Amino acid sequence: MSVTAHAHIDEHAHDDHAHDHHKQTFITKYIFSQDHKMIAKQYLITGLIMGFVGIAMSLLFRMQLAWPGESNVIFESLLGKWAPDGVMSADVYLALVTIHGTIMVFFVLTAGLSGTFSNLLIPLQIGARDMASGFLNMISYWLFFLSSVVMISSLFVEAGPAAAGWTVYPPLSALPMAQPGSGLGMTLWLVSMAIFIASSLMGSLNYIVTVINLRTKGMSMTRLPLTIWAFFVTAIIGVVSFPVLLSAALLLIMDRSFGTSFFLSDIFIQGEVLHYQGGSPVLYEHLFWFLGHPEVYIVILPAMGIVSEVLAVSARKPIFGYRAMVASILAIAFLSTIVWGLHMFISGMNPFLGSVFTFTTLLIAIPSAVKAFNWITTLWKGNLQLNPAMLFSIGFVSTFITGGLTGIILGDSTLDINVHDTYFVVAHFHLVMGISALYGLFAGVYHWFPKMFEGKMLNKNLGYVHFWVTAVCAYGVFFPMHFVGMAGVPRRYYQNTAFPMFDDLTDVQVLMTVFALIAGLVQLVFVYNFIHSMFFGKVGAKNPWNATTLEWTAEQKHIHGNWEGDIPEVHRWAYDYSKVDEDGEYIIPGQDFVPQTLPLQKDEEELQH
Amino acid sequence: MTTVLILAVLILVAIAVWQMTKIFELSQLKTENSQVADDSDNKVQGYLLFAFLIFIYAITIFSFWKYGKLLLPEAASEHGSEYDSLMVVSMAIIFFVQTITQALLHYFGYKYRGEKGKKALFYADNDRLEFIWTIIPVIVLAGLILWGLYTWTNIMDVNEEDDPLIVELYGQQFNWTVRYGGEDNVLGQANVRMIDINNANVLGLDESDTYAADDIIVKEMHLPVGRKVNFKIRSQDVLHSAYMPHFRAQMNAVPGMVTEFSYMPITTTEEMRQNPDVIDKVKRTNEIRAERAANGEDNSDPWEFDYILLCNKICGTSHYNMQIKIIVETQKEYDAWIAEQKTFADTVSPSEETEAQPAFNTADAASAGL
Repeated sequence: MSVTAHAHIDEHAHDDHAHDHHKQTFITKYIFSQDHKMIAKQYLITGLIMGFVGIAMSLLFRMQLAWPGESNVIFESLLGKWAPDGVMSADVYLALVTIHGTIMVFFVLTAGLSGTFSNLLIPLQIGARDMASGFLNMISYWLFFLSSVVMISSLFVEAGPAAAGWTVYPPLSALPMAQPGSGLGMTLWLVSMAIFIASSLMGSLNYIVTVINLRTKGMSMTRLPLTIWAFFVTAIIGVVSFPVLLSAALLLIMDRSFGTSFFLSDIFIQGEVLHYQGGSPVLYEHLFWFLGHPEVYIVILPAMGIVSEVLAVSARKPIFGYRAMVASILAIAFLSTIVWGLHMFISGMNPFLGSVFTFTTLLIAIPSAVKAFNWITTLWKGNLQLNPAMLFSIGFVSTFITGGLTGIILGDSTLDINVHDTYFVVAHFHLVMGISALYGLFAGVYHWFPKMFEGKMLNKNLGYVHFWVTAVCAYGVFFPMHFVGMAGVPRRYYQNTAFPMFDDLTDVQVLMTVFALIAGLVQLVFVYNFIHSMFFGKVGAKNPWNATTLEWTAEQKHIHGNWEGDIPEVHRWAYDYSKVDEDGEYIIPGQDFVPQTLPLQKDEEELQH
Repeated sequence: MTTVLILAVLILVAIAVWQMTKIFELSQLKTENSQVADDSDNKVQGYLLFAFLIFIYAITIFSFWKYGKLLLPEAASEHGSEYDSLMVVSMAIIFFVQTITQALLHYFGYKYRGEKGKKALFYADNDRLEFIWTIIPVIVLAGLILWGLYTWTNIMDVNEEDDPLIVELYGQQFNWTVRYGGEDNVLGQANVRMIDINNANVLGLDESDTYAADDIIVKEMHLPVGRKVNFKIRSQDVLHSAYMPHFRAQMNAVPGMVTEFSYMPITTTEEMRQNPDVIDKVKRTNEIRAERAANGEDNSDPWEFDYILLCNKICGTSHYNMQIKIIVETQKEYDAWIAEQKTFADTVSPSEETEAQPAFNTADAASAGL
């Protein structure tokens, strides 16, 4: 199948450039496109729009936390009846945190990040004309779009959207009488997620098949750029874990609508006993986190891949320890599937299980540490080209370390007891997977923007402004937040005024909110830069960053099939930057990089790759 | 205070903007209009990376200086000191690693900023280096894991040794109820299907269970100091979490099951009120509250320190205000207090009990049958 598809595309590509304008209509080119480059852009733009919604929500609830119960014209105009007299209601606060989490984790950092760059880079960097199945790819995007629409539409339901936290633990999420958001809003949430999972699975299967089958001649697995390794392994984790979330969602739908008792037992609510008997909410927690924890690696691995690539290109050095980087991706992927219990140390599960999960969880720190040290060493004695993409990559390493280190606290079942579900956790995961993954996304956008928009480049100065203000604000929001958590403030509290012991924390809340507002505003600089450059950006060189990888040998102008002539053949790994011969001269005189397409020169060693 | 903070932030932003325009100007000097970083970009960004390292250190020091005092006071439970020392050691390791790695990362970013014609070092591998930074985390983490697991096993070992006080914590939207075993220190059987609100049986106690008669149900938790307490935690509707931060204790309340946690309080409420950190905190808080009172705002009564139990698992609209006071007192005070409380048998009227009996039996049978 893949061979025929391949051959077909091949044939197609040869005559494509001649008839390009006649054959493609607006609809096949921009809407129901089967071209991976267009699908990548569709993913990116949908992801960015969802990100806009998600970040805007976070600013709303940050304002409520800093100035609790105060009337605000923004609330009044945006939230309408959910903010009577401009004061945000407790229910809508919970709805906002829930949908913020859902959108950021799934719609922005899973689909927006992995969907965009897997689609863009897998065919281009392995030397393929397109994905193994362009049709499946198109369906994958449109299911993602549909799930986005369903999720957004749940915001307009009368009783409000889902509000049980992004983890939607039953019984709160299962019983419509437990909170307003557990009615139609919750149903739409579940439907949206089910569609999202279908989309994600189609995408992932496509990525896996493409990487395995469609690598160009000479592109062995050990010559793959780390981006592709990361996308490939991410897709595998997705295929392993997303179906489990689907089962959790289906069982929850059954409990909600068909009276089953998978997750419910012994419930007395609003004056009456419900019939449910024998289920357990802890079962749901197991199923949810069996996806939920791998999910954070689904989010972070593509960012790691992008960062590894950008660091090497911009440092003009090979990535340090390529094999160790691949090994740690594989180790993280494997361990990620056996650590889910760390979210459940105090859920009432057997404490012995807690011990096992502490062990596996702290193990995962080892490959993560190796990666961090390898990135730092990659910078050592480099010739760093500090483009915005490079700054975001360095920023990624910084926040990944800061956020990752506190994982040692949270992964330790003992220490987790007192910081579980406090702001300490919120600070930890926002730094290590939220901010870091966003930095990975931005690094990717700045670096591969020319590849997405036919050579047009983003404005670097606006990029610098975007990075520095974001970087300062990210620490400004999330560093002090650790202290709030260690003071014992629980997350998902509408306001902290019911506890005098939290009175002296109001200052910190204000500080964090101010930083968050500034960070939110500066993203508009990026939006402007993105839209402006998309239409009026200056076209740069074909290979603007002097990279070795195949995507820069493809045509700058988008054609179906990527390369006009034959697909390039690969002769070396992707990281021959600043490689010198015995006399200390560059392999190609006057050029500090060797494209993957150049055969090994006389007497040149290929190292161990 | 708030205004000062906002001002500080605004000044920082102003400086940032000024820096940005500076960068702009510097890069505009070049006539060539490329969007790829050139030497002057590399130079400015390299210096900014170094400045950012200082910023990270500064915000760390600032946070400790300004917010360090907001952290919880010393633990009021026996296992709490062990918890605290594990926390301190872990934090020390974290800050050590954080300081060094951030320094290397940003310093390299500054030191090796690109210049035209400079040659980077082709350095792809070094097995020894990689071995070192694999084995060091392995050793450190192994130590932390062993220590953590040892402590964890001790904390989570809920047993009946040393005659613990048995206390039930019962969560519902949006309040907590406490039940003591009474004279016999044994909790009577209970199930949500036996709840009879009209008959004041709000926790669903089995009225035919003899152990239940002397149970004491209250809305304030009193604990004698120096005696181990075994908590049996239940929920009647959705997930809740019994979070007692001062005791380094937390456990979810799960409908359909009884979860457990155990600790021994070692500091009475009175003693904790004399703790210098707590005195400071109360003073700070009451200044804020006095300011509120002066402005005629709500929530401005002076505050006196008390231990508190919070709900820490999202449970609906009023999740943010689901709390119960914990009072740790001497055995004598505790005995006096408990003697004043009514038992379950006292609160449920006997005449209605007989009427309601058949209904309970049906429910009981139903739940047993399922």
